[in-house]
Amino acid sequence: MRVEGKGLIDRGQEVAFQFDGARYRGFKGDTLASALLANDVRLMGRSFKYHRPRGVLTAGSEEPNALVTVGSGAAQEPNVRATVQEIYPGLSATSQNRWPSLGVDLMGVNDLVSPFLGAGFYYKTFMWPKSFWEKLYEPVIRRAAGLGALSGENNADRYERAFAFCDLLVIGAGPAGLMAALEAGRAGADVVLADEDSQMGGRLLGEVEEIDGKPGHVWAAEIIAELEAMENVRLMTRTTVTGAYDQGTFGALERVGHHKKRRGDALPLECFWRIVAKQSVLAAGSLERPVAFRNNDRPGIMTAGAVRAYLNRWGVSAGRRVTVFCNNDDGHRTVRDMLAAGVHVAALIDSRHDAETVPGVRMFKGAMVSDAGGRTGLEHVTIRSVGGEDRIQTDCLAMSGGWNPIVHLTCHMNGRPTWRESIQSFVPSPDAVPGMHVAGACNGAFSTTACLREGVEAAKRALEAIGVKAADVALPAAEDGAYRIAPLWAVPGKGRAWLDFQNDVTVKDVKQAALENFRSVEHMKRYTTQGMATDQGKNSNVAALAVLADVTGRAIPETGTTTFRPPYSPVSIAAMGAGAQGKGFAPQRFTTSHAASVEMGAPMIEAGLWYRPSYFPRAGENTWRESCDREVGMVREAVGVCDVSTLGKIDIQGADAAKFLDFVYCNMFSTLKVGRTRYGLMLREDGHVMDDGTTARLGENHFLMTTTTAAAGEVMRHLEFVHQGLCPELDVAFVSVTEQWAQFAVAGPQSRALLDGLLDAPLKDEDWPFMACGPVALGGIAARLFRISFSGEHAYELAVASRYGDSLFRELVKRAEEMGGGAYGMEALNVLRVEKGFITHAEIHGRTTAFDIGMGRMVSAKKDCIGKTMSERPGLCVPGREQLVGLKPVGEVKQVTAGAHLFCAEDAPERENDQGYVTSVAYSPTMGRMMGMGFLKNGSERHGEKIKMVDHLRGIECICEVTGPVVFDPEGGRVRG
Amino acid sequence: MVELVAKTPCAGLLPVSVGDLRLEECEMLPMSVIMPYAGKAEAVGTALQKAHGLALPSVNKAEIDGETSVLWFGQGQFLLRGAAPDAGLSDLAAVTEQSDAWAVVRLSGAKAVDVLARLVPVDMRLSAFPEKSTVRTDLMHMMASITRLGHDSFQIMVFRSMAQTLVHDLKGAMEAVGARG
Repeated sequence: MRVEGKGLIDRGQEVAFQFDGARYRGFKGDTLASALLANDVRLMGRSFKYHRPRGVLTAGSEEPNALVTVGSGAAQEPNVRATVQEIYPGLSATSQNRWPSLGVDLMGVNDLVSPFLGAGFYYKTFMWPKSFWEKLYEPVIRRAAGLGALSGENNADRYERAFAFCDLLVIGAGPAGLMAALEAGRAGADVVLADEDSQMGGRLLGEVEEIDGKPGHVWAAEIIAELEAMENVRLMTRTTVTGAYDQGTFGALERVGHHKKRRGDALPLECFWRIVAKQSVLAAGSLERPVAFRNNDRPGIMTAGAVRAYLNRWGVSAGRRVTVFCNNDDGHRTVRDMLAAGVHVAALIDSRHDAETVPGVRMFKGAMVSDAGGRTGLEHVTIRSVGGEDRIQTDCLAMSGGWNPIVHLTCHMNGRPTWRESIQSFVPSPDAVPGMHVAGACNGAFSTTACLREGVEAAKRALEAIGVKAADVALPAAEDGAYRIAPLWAVPGKGRAWLDFQNDVTVKDVKQAALENFRSVEHMKRYTTQGMATDQGKNSNVAALAVLADVTGRAIPETGTTTFRPPYSPVSIAAMGAGAQGKGFAPQRFTTSHAASVEMGAPMIEAGLWYRPSYFPRAGENTWRESCDREVGMVREAVGVCDVSTLGKIDIQGADAAKFLDFVYCNMFSTLKVGRTRYGLMLREDGHVMDDGTTARLGENHFLMTTTTAAAGEVMRHLEFVHQGLCPELDVAFVSVTEQWAQFAVAGPQSRALLDGLLDAPLKDEDWPFMACGPVALGGIAARLFRISFSGEHAYELAVASRYGDSLFRELVKRAEEMGGGAYGMEALNVLRVEKGFITHAEIHGRTTAFDIGMGRMVSAKKDCIGKTMSERPGLCVPGREQLVGLKPVGEVKQVTAGAHLFCAEDAPERENDQGYVTSVAYSPTMGRMMGMGFLKNGSERHGEKIKMVDHLRGIECICEVTGPVVFDPEGGRVRG
Repeated sequence: MVELVAKTPCAGLLPVSVGDLRLEECEMLPMSVIMPYAGKAEAVGTALQKAHGLALPSVNKAEIDGETSVLWFGQGQFLLRGAAPDAGLSDLAAVTEQSDAWAVVRLSGAKAVDVLARLVPVDMRLSAFPEKSTVRTDLMHMMASITRLGHDSFQIMVFRSMAQTLVHDLKGAMEAVGARG
């Protein structure tokens, strides 16, 4: 019910919205909860386990009951708190966890069988038979329990992440936070003031008390205006600081687009901030706790502070006959404000016998509310006092069990809060988070005056720590009432009294846990699930552990709290991973020949971050194999062109460059002549093979190392480690030049002819033997040429500055095609190398040694190198290890598959009989058959033997002859030709 | 004789504008990485000053004079841009051609720093990162070199092959910042 003349909403701007399909009207400034209450909608959700009808309990982000789904389809957002969601024209929200409707929920039957669904129910019930869990219980429970659901569709909403830095982060913009920000702002510090509400002011917006003779919200607005005008202050509304992390880093979630009707494609829904602050002031305030009594979850039962806030901030009375139930003076303010607004207050029930008398209302002192009635909305409460029981008709009960300081952030780095008897709650322990100063209600200071003062003091301490001179800020005059409270956690009696509304945990459940010896607060939590829902127990855990303390006969501080972990309030994964969907998942790396390859119809495949052409289809070719076979033939018979720019290239220079290479490669490089290239093998420190490639000596002290595409980054990191960590005395410098050069393999019998036509001067035979390298020029542009081969053919690799890569690739392909050749892709490249027995990371996969791949003798005896000693360990170079072999199908089945395992022909294909495995396979058009490479026990001594290949996954069995790894041109005549 | 045509790293991708935010490709200028040999840093500094009029910058700093600049580029590395390195430097340092290795773009506009705050985990407030500051850091998932050229103007470099992703990420952040108004 809306109350005339009250509230900070803009009554000039009506806003139409929908809830569960019904149309309602609210005003600008309303939350979904306040607007629904204004329309007398009290039933807003169903509870998690028992599907109990629930209404809104609070007026803030701690709300456990009023969770709704906003929007529909791919963008639907579940578990949005109605107390946080601002209404906008066209907002459409639906209730959750009910079927078929909120009013009639068939799952409500759970409530009737509640005696069976208490604490530990799952553990006890679903143990046997074992197979029933997955098949029956879990699906049924998952359907019955739970909150909202995602759509299951891909959500196109944009999310964002961002970084911010400041001298001082002030968390919370209530009286304490505003004063802290004002002090630090005036002192000239770089300040971020973050507040989770849509409007700054905190509790001042929901109360009528004055500051400096002005209404609290007016005073707050004036301070905010001053802060806004300061260049060194950044105000972040709708921003919840969710976690405190190492070195002054905070996580914060900003709601950017949730409150807007039309967001457009560019505006993010949420932004996840990482804020790094030299110092911080925590002024997060406090949360009012409910009192546990029978049926205290009926819609219409709310916290007293929330009832007051709905009235004062949103001009809404939560009921027409309001009753107040409290154990502290704060509840009296609700009575006072409701009466002043002309709302009927049916009764004030104060559990304290010595409570001050409040005029104008029927007051029960030393009494308690023991039951509530009205299933989908509160109708009456039962009051128990020494005089007996009374029943009062009421549609709204405002309860206050006291206030809990929001200590959460101070506990995120393993701090534990301290019990303060006078407020019957926990307060932050000093210095729980380095550089964090706690002020105001979250420090247990509940009067406005104390909040204002502590805000200034905290800011001054923070400024001192960073060496900024404090400014003069006068303390405004405000109320300074004492906070008087007598403990009351749960009203004794029969029936279920709710502690954790969100996870349906009752006083009984906690008692049951203690009875079954789950006496530790951490055990109780897990046994009952108290505090494990999306509100993380912020409404319930102090009360729950007070009940636990009571039944276990311990004091509350002795019982202790559970661990508070980030995030303080829910953060969507979409916000934390913002930007990393789709193309943002990982950078895409494109070669200079990419556009030309795509134009030629080549399917591009991912190789790490790179995109490389799989094959280049031509007219009439229907399968990749046809294209691949043709491309292999081109290289073997004419000339092929392939972009090999993705291989890592590292420029290495310095007086000790050769010495450095001798140390990182297992074979010798100091003996390499200038103008020559050598194949090199690199070991890890543990003696296994790390990578291979060729290294060219461009000058006496100048080398160019190539790595495999896959290990380019790893090798670079390895070189840095070796230089910085193991031999910093060597005068050597290296830098990646992978991206500087576009490099193309020109391979095949016609390669020389092609190059002679292309280069500014033809190559001389005597200058260009196999493994030569040197500078060349084409079209007047400097280039590098290497006579190296990964195909076994007479071949070169030609490198130009990347800007010419596109142009050169097109030119090479054109010329190759004129000579009966053309471009070849990764498939053909693989076939060519398997025919030659050349290894890739399929073979040097991290568990193989130089010995295993037949390169044991490359580990030079004349020098030391990384991994040498470890490679000589007995187990790494003994007969019986699996060694590299070739595999030739000789039986009925001609298919060899990668990943298949090898067995002796007579053995059963079982693990115990495993003889090795297949690493690479290809169909060789040159040999007219499939071929494989793999590792076989003692393989180098078993050439000619028949072995059984079994692919258990694909169901293929094939008899193979063991051969040497090199199938084609084993003498290597072609490559030198 | 063959005639090769040069293509810039961001050809066809830039410029992009969102409101007053502008992203454009910088002119391709000569670039080389200079890595002084052991004990030669000072001599390199002197030679650099003599040949190119710029000192060797300290860590996270850039020396800029018109089109020519020297950036601190990582441990023991400096990037000379805008001039072919003096031949004499090769005796004192490993000098490596990098003119084609990097996509170099310039982001400018009053909210350029807000755009970078969406992608770069480094404090880029003017007080912490004044003009002629430079840093090697992440830009989203790429390693980058970022230099503040002016109050509202930044030079950003990533590997040439990642030019498309660079534009994709920056454009997305520009749009998000622009949409906030």
